[in-house]
Amino acid sequence: MLKLKVNDIDVEVEEGTTVLQACEQAGAEIPRFCYHEKLSIAGNCRMCLVEMEKSPKPIASCAMPAAEGMVLKTNTEKVKKARKGVMEFLLANHPLDCPVCDQGGECDLQDQSMYYGIDKSRFKENKRYVPEKYMGPLIKTQMTRCIHCTRCIRFATEVAGVPELGAIGRGENMQITTYLEKAMESELSANVIDLCPVGALTSKPYVFEARPWELKKTETIDVMDAVGSNIRVDTYGWEVKRVLPRINEEINEEWISDKTRYACDGLKNQRLDTPYVKINNKLKPSSWDEAFKAVSERISTTKSEKIAGFIGDMTNMETTYAAKDFFEKTIKSENLESRYEKLYINTNVRSNYLFNSSIEGIEKSDLIILIGTNPRFEATILNSRIRKNYLKNKTEIISLGDVGDLTYPYQVISNNTDTIKDIIDNKHEISKKIKKSKYPSIIFGQSVLKLKSAPYIFEEFKKYLLENNKISDDWNALNILSKNSSTVGSYDLNVLSKNSSYEILNKLENNNFEILILFGQDNLNFEKKNEFIIYIGSHGDKGASIADVILPGATYTEQDGYFTNIEGKLQKAYKASYPPGEAKEDWQIINELSSFIKRKNLYKDKNQLIDSLINYLNLNNKNETDFEVPEYNFKSEKIITEEIDYYHSNVIARASKTMSECKNIRMSLPKTGTDN
Amino acid sequence: MAIKKISKTQPENFEFNKKNKETADSIIKNYPSGKQQSAVMALLYLAQKQNDNWIPLSAMKYIAKYLDMPYIKVYEVATFYSMYNLTPVGKYFFQVCTTTPCMLRGAYNLVDVCKRKISEEENRLSKDGKTSWLEVECLGACVNAPMLQLNEDYYEDLDSKKLEQIIDKISNDEVPQPGSYRGRLSSEPENTRKTLIGNKNA
Repeated sequence: MLKLKVNDIDVEVEEGTTVLQACEQAGAEIPRFCYHEKLSIAGNCRMCLVEMEKSPKPIASCAMPAAEGMVLKTNTEKVKKARKGVMEFLLANHPLDCPVCDQGGECDLQDQSMYYGIDKSRFKENKRYVPEKYMGPLIKTQMTRCIHCTRCIRFATEVAGVPELGAIGRGENMQITTYLEKAMESELSANVIDLCPVGALTSKPYVFEARPWELKKTETIDVMDAVGSNIRVDTYGWEVKRVLPRINEEINEEWISDKTRYACDGLKNQRLDTPYVKINNKLKPSSWDEAFKAVSERISTTKSEKIAGFIGDMTNMETTYAAKDFFEKTIKSENLESRYEKLYINTNVRSNYLFNSSIEGIEKSDLIILIGTNPRFEATILNSRIRKNYLKNKTEIISLGDVGDLTYPYQVISNNTDTIKDIIDNKHEISKKIKKSKYPSIIFGQSVLKLKSAPYIFEEFKKYLLENNKISDDWNALNILSKNSSTVGSYDLNVLSKNSSYEILNKLENNNFEILILFGQDNLNFEKKNEFIIYIGSHGDKGASIADVILPGATYTEQDGYFTNIEGKLQKAYKASYPPGEAKEDWQIINELSSFIKRKNLYKDKNQLIDSLINYLNLNNKNETDFEVPEYNFKSEKIITEEIDYYHSNVIARASKTMSECKNIRMSLPKTGTDN
Repeated sequence: MAIKKISKTQPENFEFNKKNKETADSIIKNYPSGKQQSAVMALLYLAQKQNDNWIPLSAMKYIAKYLDMPYIKVYEVATFYSMYNLTPVGKYFFQVCTTTPCMLRGAYNLVDVCKRKISEEENRLSKDGKTSWLEVECLGACVNAPMLQLNEDYYEDLDSKKLEQIIDKISNDEVPQPGSYRGRLSSEPENTRKTLIGNKNA
């Protein structure tokens, strides 16, 4: 620990901190543009100047390491004058077009020039003009406003792992650009918009939409992938204008993926806003009563075992729980399934389907093995953590099969299941590596759990890790990477066929059901024959197109709802907006439908539902369930990592124009950077 | 100086010739393994020499792959340094120094001559396609101001008339004598030495 004096206040800081951090610990505010905690230090904006005893000149505090016995002053006349000087230079070439700038109201330069600047300019010469640069469909540039802090360049190179941004030219003529003005090929690219302290990089889809002070801000959770990034949803009336990241060091740090950020325009398109009933083979808008009547008549005249329900990929846990109650109490059927593929899930203990090393924990892992997964597209935020780990520790990363560019180098080994058998039998070189490693992370993707030999791979690998003491209270090396935000929550609620067999999915394929209720489920792979399909969901997509009755529901921004992320963290998404038109919150639909069929509500109000849900979770998550491991055999087969259509992976993203644009551009992009 | 323009016409491919490849490899060996990227400036200069004194985009890509670094990083270096030409220059490339000492001694007269006799704008080829010119910062020959650099040689103590003669000679493909144009030896004082007279070897 180092002892310093900042403005006559004694502070103790850890070794390796900078003067800026020390000053902040002493409660002194230091203005800055180029410095950012998550990025490397550049020290080129000079805004963070402070006075140090025995130094004739003020020092750039962000780049100066703190040392024992330093005496610092952050509020002297000299410092104030220095800041004013720096500010004046920064503003010399800054256009001051705040009235037409999207950053206005949340601009670091604007705020800091109010506090630290002077009130007029002495610069009489012509200002510099920089032509706009093309950076893809998400980032709007206005490079005349750039103050050359290089945060975006450092982010692209360090965090996103796509060294495509750079500064060309020099001095006054320095310009930030992508190589020959191509779109940035990263799923994290839009984070540079948040990083930009001025209005040089702004959001293209949000351009001239609203001012920050007009927006209602709701802190909530993202559902585009299973990571559960913490976000802030900004709404103007009903409309979701934009999505921004919220800091959560345990999950998404400060970043969110482009899909999280920009799929929000999908919340306005293709929405189901009124109930529909199929009459004479044509869907016709109807009233709720008519729709409920059609559904309840059909359900009460059908045998309960002929009715099946499917939970969707973005369904919150309240809805899932209400659906479970609806099936158990109202219909008296067990046919509720949350999977749409035949995945092997051992529900015996909770850790069998969680990402046990934890998102933050992956940073200390010293061996990462990817089996049938492409984390870049399945969990972008997790991938950036793996990259961070790689950059810090040069961690060995191994993948079964080549899954393409992951933004860090990895060793590719054979993607046959024999490799796994060899590892388990201690015949493979990787066995030694696993044994030697202190914190190994084995990441299973959903593509593995789909295989015929999935039970063998999962059970035997788990046994192997247990034998080698890699699963303990201290560290659990076994990780399942789920793709969808509802997956883990549904497993927690035990919404699976009995003993997680494929009974319901098999029956579905053989068209054994007469009524299907899809709770936002659009991914089912079956051929419709005579089934009567009820779709409860928000978007007119695959599910709605085969439906006979459509009951319009709400999306994640339009209702409060719990989600459990891959690590098993229970988080709540809050209502930022309300469902459009006649649409209702999902749990309400189920509740009312139940009252139509049984003349009795499932719940008095939402609180009752939530209490009941939390009770169930508390009971269920602690105890082991009576899961019987089925008989399994080894089968030699290829593990093929399923390619996912990143920009079109769910109904909201598919309805989003921005996402479609991103997809088109990605498909037409020639490879750049360090490929080949 | 303003940001460098990238030539609109670009050759498809670039590759080091055999000799340059050997040179490049020996330059890379000067650096510890894994730090081969440090050789980027030297390699860019080699590429410029090989390709008629300018660097096409294909050469930057080639060097980026050669050194296993992102394209943009090579691009950054090439646009930063003024000695890399990113558009074709003449076979005879005039670089006129206009920094203070030269300016005081009439460097802008030389610039006017260049504008008149070569091309109206910097970095634009002359009518016969052989020459181009550029204003540059100090070339370190202030004692002999005003001066300019023609390809690899310095032409010093110039004035408008002398420069006109040089350009005339060049257009006949004659290379004039480099050095001082007032008959000085290197940078020694005019009209014999005035200091250290007693010292024979000075």
